[in-house]
Amino acid sequence: MDHSSLATLDRDLRTSRRSFLIGAAVFGSCLVVGFSAEAEVSQVAAKPGDNPFVGYVQIAPDDSVTIYSSQMDMGQGIYHGIATLVQEELDADWSKISVVGGFGNVALYGNLLLGGVVQMTGGSSGTASSWLRYRQAGATARAMLIAAAAESWSVPAGEIKTENGFVSHPSGKSARYGALAARAASGQVPGKVGLKEPKDWKYIGNQTLPRYDSRPKSEGRQQYTIDLHERGMLTAVMIHPPLFGATLRSFEASKAKAMKGVVDVVATPRGVAVVATGMWEAIKAREVVTVEWDDEKAEKRSSSEIADEYRAAADKHGEVVASNVGDVDTAFANAPKLIEARYEFPYLAHASLEPTNAAARMNPDGTLEVWGGHQMPDLYQTVAAKVAGITPDKVILRVMKTGGGFGRRASVDSDVIVEAVATAKAIGWKAPVKVQWTREDDMRAGRYRPAFMHKMRAALDGSGNLLALRDTLVGQSISRGTVMEAALIKNGVDLLSVEGMANQPYAIPNVRVELTTTNSPVPVLWWRAVGSTHTAYALEAFMDEIAHAAGKDPVEFRLALLKDKPRHAAVLRLAAEKAGWGTPAPAGRFRGVAVAESFHSYVAQVAEISVNKSGLPRVHRVVCAIDCGVAVNPDQVRAQMEGGIGFGLGAILKSRITLDKGRIVEGNFDGYDVLRINEMPSVEVHIVKSSAPPTGVGEPGVPPIGPAVANAMFNATGKRIRILPFGDSEKS
Amino acid sequence: MRITLNGQTREIEADPDKPLLWILRDDLGLVGTKYGCGQALCGACTVHVDGQAVRACQTSIGDVIDRAVVTIEGAFGRVAEVVEASWTKLDVPQCGYCQPGQVMAAIGLLNTNRKPSDAEIDDAMSGNLCRCNTYQRIRAAIHEAARVLGA
Ligand code: FES
Ligand code: FES
Repeated sequence: MDHSSLATLDRDLRTSRRSFLIGAAVFGSCLVVGFSAEAEVSQVAAKPGDNPFVGYVQIAPDDSVTIYSSQMDMGQGIYHGIATLVQEELDADWSKISVVGGFGNVALYGNLLLGGVVQMTGGSSGTASSWLRYRQAGATARAMLIAAAAESWSVPAGEIKTENGFVSHPSGKSARYGALAARAASGQVPGKVGLKEPKDWKYIGNQTLPRYDSRPKSEGRQQYTIDLHERGMLTAVMIHPPLFGATLRSFEASKAKAMKGVVDVVATPRGVAVVATGMWEAIKAREVVTVEWDDEKAEKRSSSEIADEYRAAADKHGEVVASNVGDVDTAFANAPKLIEARYEFPYLAHASLEPTNAAARMNPDGTLEVWGGHQMPDLYQTVAAKVAGITPDKVILRVMKTGGGFGRRASVDSDVIVEAVATAKAIGWKAPVKVQWTREDDMRAGRYRPAFMHKMRAALDGSGNLLALRDTLVGQSISRGTVMEAALIKNGVDLLSVEGMANQPYAIPNVRVELTTTNSPVPVLWWRAVGSTHTAYALEAFMDEIAHAAGKDPVEFRLALLKDKPRHAAVLRLAAEKAGWGTPAPAGRFRGVAVAESFHSYVAQVAEISVNKSGLPRVHRVVCAIDCGVAVNPDQVRAQMEGGIGFGLGAILKSRITLDKGRIVEGNFDGYDVLRINEMPSVEVHIVKSSAPPTGVGEPGVPPIGPAVANAMFNATGKRIRILPFGDSEKS
Repeated sequence: MRITLNGQTREIEADPDKPLLWILRDDLGLVGTKYGCGQALCGACTVHVDGQAVRACQTSIGDVIDRAVVTIEGAFGRVAEVVEASWTKLDVPQCGYCQPGQVMAAIGLLNTNRKPSDAEIDDAMSGNLCRCNTYQRIRAAIHEAARVLGA
């Protein structure tokens, strides 16, 4: 990313509140490339005076503490992280804390990494955005509890202590938070409340703080959208167009409507909804509905045709230049040694275990309740209101925890929200409706990580020094044609396409990154780690090819080019050291390494593999080093690295979405295979000690694992894996 | 149709072909058993029938007449308690959606094998997907549960 485009982006974010209300809502699980967490937070959050009991923390008479989160929890643990930040300053009884989703008040919940102008979860920005805000909320609430006690006991506030949900005074007086809460909440909001010094932290950085929602989740008591059974709630399944870009012409449903349990079959802007008393009844009825589609403008190509087109484009210059340093053409013309390689990445599905869903109910008072994984609540509130024909303030969002997400719940067109509201409306609002996609719907109705190709070229001098690097990327833009286009596409370059490559960290005198953006009705979206899912693979696998061509050790080679990038270098050194890089691997095992920064966090991984009978890697061990600033919950940082590694590994080994004349071939977990327990490596995570403000951990574990394993495969077999998933590389 | 559900006898009126999963979730309100694939490919719907872990999405209600069905809501007893406690202790869940199925599969495993090896865990658990990839902790929690049960 060059700095001027970031500055423009930054300015756009700050100034155009209106166009951004929807536009920015759409930052997805992505980007935030180049936003300075520190600067943003200090400017926006440092406005004291907000009453924390309005919108952030609620303390009930029974001492239960409910925290309203600006961030949605899809499993990444941000509710736990925010609870930790509040608790650090509040001193409540940890066992009484719970977290729910707040919405509808951008002043309270706007994402500070997006200038505070829109509420959304994404870009692994949850902790950074919450870092000052929720500690301040906790500290202010505590100060107000103390003030309430001081007043009722007529003692100086300075003599009062708090611990574990109690306020106490040396005289022996004490009171529960619950008993003081009402009085505190209506008290004066202090202007400025100091935060604890890092040396006094009890919860932040605590290795053993148990995750507050582990028990209900282990006992099957956590509720998700799919579990909703509000009084009279009906279940609808969708019939989506079989080809992307096709539209509904007509449908015939008399047979379906006569079936037991079927309530209605209705058209929505996104297909036909079959509404029944339960899921099974709806699925059975769907089988006998016939639909005619207009597929004139639909995508009818197969993956192989798309790949041919991409290859041809990658061999040429890109349409636009995303970054340009030095003089690449001259360097290539004069270099004694050239290397080139093409890397190919398929479409990928998020395949969260809870298939996509949402529910809607019109209440007698004219408010509309919408349940779901509200990752972009401002957008969803606006869209739901529009579909229902009411004003956004009448829309009440019920923010549900979701069974995974990985970017899928931040949908730029609010897809399933539209379906739920439109279906409930089409049946005359006579009952609440839950739209529940089946696994096949979830796999085939989109959205996907866009397919991409990279044509990488490098020029070396006679002693193996890297003179020049060129990459031509080809793939669909996530932002083009959506409301975030203005903010994210600069000079024809979608920042989400090139992040990780246009800002590659190595000190190379001549670098040019070119981009050709392709068009297709296949709907694409951010997928855990977004652009870095392919850019980090292409860059780090190719750096390994270059190191090999230069006759240098891959770690030493990288370190020499990372002299100005101390945080990259530190994690790379740490992972290499802990993995025993430079010492012989156990018999039959081979190592590979990769490093990548994403979302301001730095991650290096060393994979240790053997090769199985079918020529595929078995990954035994992954040593991961991360620098994410202050690790608020170290065990959750580890959990996210473990999960990110497994998520990335499954994708590079086995996952792919294939088009056959426009239809998606894979429908379930037989065709779209993902990592299983027998394929999970043992993961060791080393966290760099840091006092820098915290940065993201939800996504940054994903990018390095693919290239680390690919590089280990080269060491094992002498073959480079350039077509993903690995199984397809074997076949080609 | 009569079944024993979580220790209680229940009369169920339904199409005998209807999957147990949707009887549990939609008709009986037992939503701890999850839907993930409907094709016995993910394990999210794992329940016990006569003590055996089975996939409720591919088991019709007609198949369990006069048999004992146990769901996560009715998973009581020493093994269940220890497994759930180990899960909690190691902070296994991320989104948590697969975990009822994982826990039921783990209880099933430990009921028949008090000290499973890694390979035996792989065998018993590889049909239970976790898209959050909590597998490392699932493995550790099963070993931890085995340790507690053996103590
Ligand atoms: S829902 Fe039954 S195995 Fe997936
Ligand atoms: S914890 Fe999310 S699917 Fe397993």
